Amino acid sequence: MASILQRIGAATSLSSSNSFDTKKFNLSSPRSVIGRKVSNLDVRSNGANKMNGGMNCQIGGRADHFVTNAVATKPEAPAASTASKPGHELLLFEALREGLEEEMERDARVCIMGEDVGHYGGSYKVSKGLAPKYGDLRVLDTPIAENAFTGMGIGAAMMGLRPIIEGMNMGFLLLAFNQISNNCGMLHYTSGGQFKIPVVIRGPGGVGRQLGAEHSQRLESYFQSIPGIQMVACSTPYNAKGLMKAAIRSDNPVILFEHVLLYNLKETIPDEEYVLNLEEAEMVRPGEHVTILTYSRMRYHVMQAAKTLVNKGYDPEVIDIRSLKPFDLHTIGNSVKKTHRVLIVEECMRTGGIGASLTAAINENFQDYLDAPIVCLSSQDVPTPYAGTLEEWTVVQPPQIVAAVEQLCR
Amino acid sequence: MSLVRRSSDLLKPFTTAASTTSFLNSRRHFSTDDTTTITVETSVPFTGHNCEPPSRSVDTTPTELMKFFTDMALMRRMEIAADSLYKSKLIRGFCHLYDGQEAVCIGMEAAITKKDCIITAYRDHCIYLGRGGNLLQSFAELMGRQDGCSNGKGGSMHFYKKDACFFGGHGIVGAQVPLGCGLAFAQKYRKEDHVTFAMYGDGAANQGQLFEALNMAALWDLPAILVCENNHYGMGTAEWRAAKSPAYYKRGDYVPGLKVDGMDAFAVKQACKFAKEHALKNGPIILEMDTYRYHGHSMSDPGSTYRTRDEISGVRQERDPIERIRKLVLAHDLATEQQLKDIEKLARKEVDEAIAKAKESPMPAESELFTNVYRKGFGVESFGADRKELRATLP
Repeated sequence: MASILQRIGAATSLSSSNSFDTKKFNLSSPRSVIGRKVSNLDVRSNGANKMNGGMNCQIGGRADHFVTNAVATKPEAPAASTASKPGHELLLFEALREGLEEEMERDARVCIMGEDVGHYGGSYKVSKGLAPKYGDLRVLDTPIAENAFTGMGIGAAMMGLRPIIEGMNMGFLLLAFNQISNNCGMLHYTSGGQFKIPVVIRGPGGVGRQLGAEHSQRLESYFQSIPGIQMVACSTPYNAKGLMKAAIRSDNPVILFEHVLLYNLKETIPDEEYVLNLEEAEMVRPGEHVTILTYSRMRYHVMQAAKTLVNKGYDPEVIDIRSLKPFDLHTIGNSVKKTHRVLIVEECMRTGGIGASLTAAINENFQDYLDAPIVCLSSQDVPTPYAGTLEEWTVVQPPQIVAAVEQLCR
Repeated sequence: MSLVRRSSDLLKPFTTAASTTSFLNSRRHFSTDDTTTITVETSVPFTGHNCEPPSRSVDTTPTELMKFFTDMALMRRMEIAADSLYKSKLIRGFCHLYDGQEAVCIGMEAAITKKDCIITAYRDHCIYLGRGGNLLQSFAELMGRQDGCSNGKGGSMHFYKKDACFFGGHGIVGAQVPLGCGLAFAQKYRKEDHVTFAMYGDGAANQGQLFEALNMAALWDLPAILVCENNHYGMGTAEWRAAKSPAYYKRGDYVPGLKVDGMDAFAVKQACKFAKEHALKNGPIILEMDTYRYHGHSMSDPGSTYRTRDEISGVRQERDPIERIRKLVLAHDLATEQQLKDIEKLARKEVDEAIAKAKESPMPAESELFTNVYRKGFGVESFGADRKELRATLP
């Protein structure tokens, strides 16, 4: 199942167990999602969809595959949706906000804390409009004190709340590393299971447009060893909303990596409520010749390269791994068993990145199925330069992906 | 130290009765007498910063006095026993002992309920006991056995007791203070009438995250009480060598503070009561407990390279918390010397029994290595390469 759907009514048992006055939090107002419009179905897909039918919107039950295609460069003929109702179109940050809002509506213990999340609406507008609706305590503007407010969120989680801690930029969370590693990740273990820490730590990271070295960091490589946390990276409005909801509902601490450059992606997502599986990878484009594993922004570079590859006669299988910790070795394994060649395209640095761990994991588990050594394309091991051309060379570009596939498939 | 005796009834001496009846009977006899009020004066007056300090007179009852003595004797015994267990290599790693500081824990418990939260650093054995933890689980945890309070996976620095709102048990200096403010935040969010005591030491008082947390607590009027257990040494560094301003109760600046004699359980009790009332109305307050630890920072520290043995024995003679209670008990004729000695002997016996039982407890099973990493075993069990069709469902 790629997604688990729940009706909102089914959640009443959870919210009624709260011990405080929900009226104070304005939960009685009708569920109004900001910026939502029902429009004609307008799907922009970028890859030939070889599976049965086009976009599936699952309503209950299992669906084997997927998942709408994300926006890329050229629109093709819109695929008909098998959904019962048309979806609504929105941008990725709006999808995140929708997920946030639905969860805050559903469970009064969910609260947001971070810098400028309240009155300012969030530096990337993810929490816009939530503070006037839910109040200053539920959408908390913190001072610039990452270490302390991350710790505060974790302490509140120990007491039963479900905070979402926002780092204005993922790089700032380095200041809170102690809290994330020791308290967030390990408290469930060292207390013998007494405390659970259902926090979501989220924020934008990755290389943007000339933001400079300190604001272009990829923290997934630093956090990946911390035991006890889960890490997911969203890349489309559809999976952003689904992963946000899943992360909030999960009893484990989840770090949700967003990307600075992906906030304005547009997509049509279903009207029905849906929650995605945190540990599952997404099949973006099935293929036969090579498995390309990627996540976050690099997915779009890969899809761009895929068009060139298709024109050249290759058939790449593109998987957006989404779950950075733990890896979805099941989906990845099935793909490797089919194609026997793996290319990993990531934005982390060469040394110690997600790609390095993934390479090791695939080599360990699927050694016999590989016809060629795994190729891992990562960013260079340099601080991200400010100059535009240099910054471009830091990250993996589509021509490099094409060249790597050609090399791999020789 | 002046004692003012204003009991309404004259207590009859129990000497003859106690020596003939069993020890348990005489204990039961003390515990029923909680109608008499005894007023005790604290050793020194409180010093306030930005607030009016509470009065020096503290009301108590014979029951409470005897409970203080009994509990502190048990705690002292537990720590001494832990010392010898460490030396016989049954406890490994880090072991930070609390003897000398028992009055802080005991006085605090007397002023609050089990719904008020306490969070502290790594010197947490006695606070766990004060919160209702039991000896067997303490020793088993120290020795890394299955029956420990954290199933043997936490160790000395990770004692927790969720049902008594004891949040541990933290190894990194100062990291528990933002957590404590988070506990207070949750209490405010849920409109509970309870407070959080976030404890830290004089060493941690120089941590930046403390001031960050204090700023936020003051900004949002969180019911957080920051308790600095000032034992004057941050590991091996004396406070005057580490802090430009060792007046930790004043360091809150706009946050009121109170300096308390931490070796006097009644001063602590009064201060915590005052602080709880303050925090529920006005937001955070800092309590500086002037206390002392007899042992070194931990078992690997002899404790005599940065301070003189004379200083340690001097404090033990002049300010020992248990001695103070003993003198009070004797002065008010609540028990005889012999009875008090019997209480200490009983404490020793309880501790020895707990240790014997804890030694029998087995080491955790190997599968315990992987339990409680995630809730419901995510990421460890479900997603190997040959995962079955079963998917995890979210609530």
